[in-house]
Formats: sequence, structure tokens, C-alpha cells
Amino acid sequence: MNRKVALYGLLCLLCVPFVFPTWWMVTSSMKPISEIFSESLLPSEWTFSTYETVFRMQPFGQQYWNSLYIAVVVTAGTMAVAALAGYAFARIRFPGQNALFVVVLTGLLIPSEVTIVPLFQMFQSLGMTNTHWPLIIVPIFGAPCVLAIFIMRQFFVALPPELEEAARMDGLGRAGIFYRIALPLSRPALGAVAIFTFLHSWNLYLEPIVYLSTPDMFTLPQALTQFVDIYGGPMWNVQLAAATMTAVPILVVFVVAQRQFIEGLAHTGVKG
Amino acid sequence: MTFWTYRRRDNLVGYLFVAPALLGSLAFVLIPLGMVGWYSLNEWNVLGGTFEFIGGENYKQLLADEKLRDSLVATAWFAAGLVVLNLSLALLLAVLLNQKLRGTTLFRTLFFSPVLVSLVAWTLVWQLMLQPEGSVNGLLGVFGVDGPNWLRGETTAMVAVIVVQVIKNVGLNMVLFLAALQGVPAPLYEAAKIDGAGAWRRFRSITIPLISPTILLTSIITIVGSLQVFAQIAVLTQGGPGTSTTVLIYYLYQQAFQFHHFGYGATISVLLFVIVAALTLLQWQMRRKWVLHES
Repeated sequence: MNRKVALYGLLCLLCVPFVFPTWWMVTSSMKPISEIFSESLLPSEWTFSTYETVFRMQPFGQQYWNSLYIAVVVTAGTMAVAALAGYAFARIRFPGQNALFVVVLTGLLIPSEVTIVPLFQMFQSLGMTNTHWPLIIVPIFGAPCVLAIFIMRQFFVALPPELEEAARMDGLGRAGIFYRIALPLSRPALGAVAIFTFLHSWNLYLEPIVYLSTPDMFTLPQALTQFVDIYGGPMWNVQLAAATMTAVPILVVFVVAQRQFIEGLAHTGVKG
Repeated sequence: MTFWTYRRRDNLVGYLFVAPALLGSLAFVLIPLGMVGWYSLNEWNVLGGTFEFIGGENYKQLLADEKLRDSLVATAWFAAGLVVLNLSLALLLAVLLNQKLRGTTLFRTLFFSPVLVSLVAWTLVWQLMLQPEGSVNGLLGVFGVDGPNWLRGETTAMVAVIVVQVIKNVGLNMVLFLAALQGVPAPLYEAAKIDGAGAWRRFRSITIPLISPTILLTSIITIVGSLQVFAQIAVLTQGGPGTSTTVLIYYLYQQAFQFHHFGYGATISVLLFVIVAALTLLQWQMRRKWVLHES
């Protein structure tokens, strides 16, 4: 009994730094600026004017859309590229397969920051700076996709071959086997890939500040740092309101779907 | 016999399936990596519009650059602090959540939640909480501790960026550890108990070896990840005070995109690549030595 109380006590204590920042972010965004550094857990009076200010100062709706659509496109694209490549590397025998797999895997050794200078140069010569193309194409086909390919391959390697053999007897071609049999079975791995990829794109910061230059093209992480007054000082409560709007929807989705979420992630860890 | 046998068609499908990933790797990873190598042999000032071959000059500069040395020291401290704190906290949380206790799902959700908070939002919040009059010092004040100006002291700034990053991401490793712990067969513990092994002994001799593949995986991900931490530094400290939190990637960003020394920036990129590649290969080697294999 005592052990249980001690455990709960320890868990509650450890929770504080994990929960408090989010709590503080949400409540302080509704405090008057004078109360930002007060010790109170709740605002003395609730104000939502900061939320209006967010939209007045930045094209925040547009920026929200930018982040959202880029993350969705990148996620869908990565799932497609990774599922195809992961399947081929795991299940199809073709000459040069292992060498090609090694070529792709080198991406794991090369953080995308290493190649940012030539990539910037390349996109600039194509006239694609201050567009979303670099933020979409590079993650789908470049280094960030390699981890996804690896996860998918590990999953397909472990899939029992009998299923595919039966389908082959029934006259299904390779593409049909992939699309009708293997792909539907790979949902847990695809789910993990989707979560990783979405979060990665959603949090991207270096690439947007390197490639993008006008507020209507900005993504959310970049926009969050732009709420400054005319003297260049940060407007803290407005920043917090914008931060709240960035964080809360994702948290809500997570709480609703948390079981699939965490189990999907854990699954890849065991296999990896 | 037609030309398109099942095997030939299979080969073709294989190549088609890997083509997008392969072309992508060439265009966005390997060719740029080669270009980084080439740029590093040139003096390239974007503002001045100069691009000239200078051979190993950038590398000489690299060796003589004191700021780079500071930056490597900061990177090493950051990576070491991050990995040690992250892995030990993740393991502690996973062990706690693996107890037979009601409500562990709720705690798991809470510990995991920062992973999903947008990175820059999370960092901005901590920036405010770490101000001299902010919540962190407010809380310390309750216990009679007079907190420092966290982001203005060299040591405290480093501690702050590490802790902020660990709390943000430790949930991922925690979940991986939790899954690994749940895969340890219970009879092993029973047998050890009968043999008189205490809790600590059981943890050290059963749990740790059995979850060692996961420890390896998480340590690789965390170390390589620690070398890519940019946003937190950019928002919290801008590499300061002085150069105390200028990790390598932030230094690379400064040189290439703030001072417009693309050639020297590329040279730092080469160094970053060598470090990441060496660490990853080293860890794969270590795996052979101390990770327990199931067979």
C-alpha cells in the first residue's frame, strides 16, 4: 500500500515539467500582459484579444494552412515512396538489390542540415526559393524518407510469405500482390511512418527559415517567432496565443487516438 | 516462351518500386553531398559574388578556428548531457509505468504529450518560463531557492537547452522502452527471485541485457538527433551567451546563412557528416559486442 502511494507521488511529481508548460501556455495566452509573470495558475480576467491580435499581425490562417497542407502532402508522399521501396527491398529479388539498398541507407548517415547549402543553391537556380517545393520534395524523396523506408522494409521482411504465394497461384501479378495483399497488412507500420513524418514536417524550422522569405509563405514554427512590437520586442502573450493554436489541435487528436498512436510507435521500436 | 517471364517482370517491378527512393537519394542526398565536398574546396562569398578554388584553405581555417573548437566542445557537452539524461529518464519512466498500477495509461499520455507540441511553441514557452522572473524561478522561490537568470549564464544556459529538449522528446524513448520491458518474459524474474536476487540485481542482470537492442536503437536515434538540434538553440539562446551553446549545426547556420560564407559553411557540413557517420558506424560495431542476441 505504501509502495503504491510512493509510486503515485513520484509519478505526479515527475509529471509537473511535462504538463505545466502546456497548461501555462494555454492559460497565459488569455492573461493580460501584466500578469504573464504572476504566479497565478489562472488569469484574473480572461481575455481573448490576444487571439484577434494574432490574426491581425500575421496572415496566420494562411500560415496555418501552409503548415497543414505541406505536412499532409509530405506524409502521404513519404508513405507511398517508403511503402514501394520498402516492399521491393524486402520481398522482390532483383539484381543489384543489396547495393541499391546500401545507397539509399546512406541517407541515414547524412542529416539534412549537411546538404542544406547545395540544396539551397539548387532550388535557387531553379527559381524555387520562397516556394513550398523544397519543403515538400526533399522530405518525400530525400534523407528524411530513408528512416521510413527502413521501417517499412523491416515490416515487410517479417510478413509470412505464404499469403503472397497463395495470391500468386491465383494469378495475381507482383503489383497486385503488393497493392491487394501486402499494403493492407502493413497498416501498423504505415501508421508509425505517418506519425513520424507528420511531426517531422510540422516541426521543421531550419528549412523554412532558409527557403522562405515572405509572411504569406511562412509555416507555423517560423511564424511563431514573428510576433514582435514596433521596437522588435517580443509580444509574449500574442506569441502564446499563436503557440496555443498551433499545439492544442494536435494534442486533442492525440488524446482521442492515443492508443493507436503509442502502440504504432512502440511496434516499430521492437522491430527496428 | 515469351520474353516477359515472371522473373523478368518481377525484376522490372522491383526497379520501378525503388526508383523514386533511389532517384531521390541521388538528387537530394548523394549529389548534394558531393557538392558539399566540392564547395568546401572553394572560397565562396555570396554577397561578394566570389567563387574561387582554394584547395585545402577552408580545412586549414577549420583547424585554426577557435570558435569551431568552442562549438565542438558545446556540441559534445550537449550531446552527452542529452543522451545520458534522456535515456536514464526514459528508462526510469518506462519502469515506473510498467508497474501494475491503475492509471498508468493516463501518466503515459501526459509524459508523451510534449512530443506533440509544436517544437517552436514548446521552446517559446520555456523561454518565458526561464526568464529571471518566470515560472521556473517562481517555483524555486517556493522552496526558498533564488533561481539564476538561466539563459544568461554559460552553464545554466547549457543545462536549460538540454533539459528543455529532454522533456520535449523523452516520451518517444519512454514508449520504446516500455514496449521492450513488456517483452521481457515474467518467468525470468520469478526464477531470479527464487534464487534470491534483489530488485536492483534483477534489473541489472535481466532487464538491461534483454532490452539492450532497444537501448542501442534509442541511443543511436538520440545521439544523431542531438547533432540536429537547431530550433531550440535558435529560439532559446541564439548560441549564447558567448559561444556556450553554439552547437555545430548552429555554427554552420551562422557561417553559411548569416555571414554568407558558403564555402566555409560547406566545410563545417563535411565535418558534421564525418562525425555523424563515425558515431553511427561505431554504434553498429558496439552492437555486435554487447547487445544480447535472441538466438
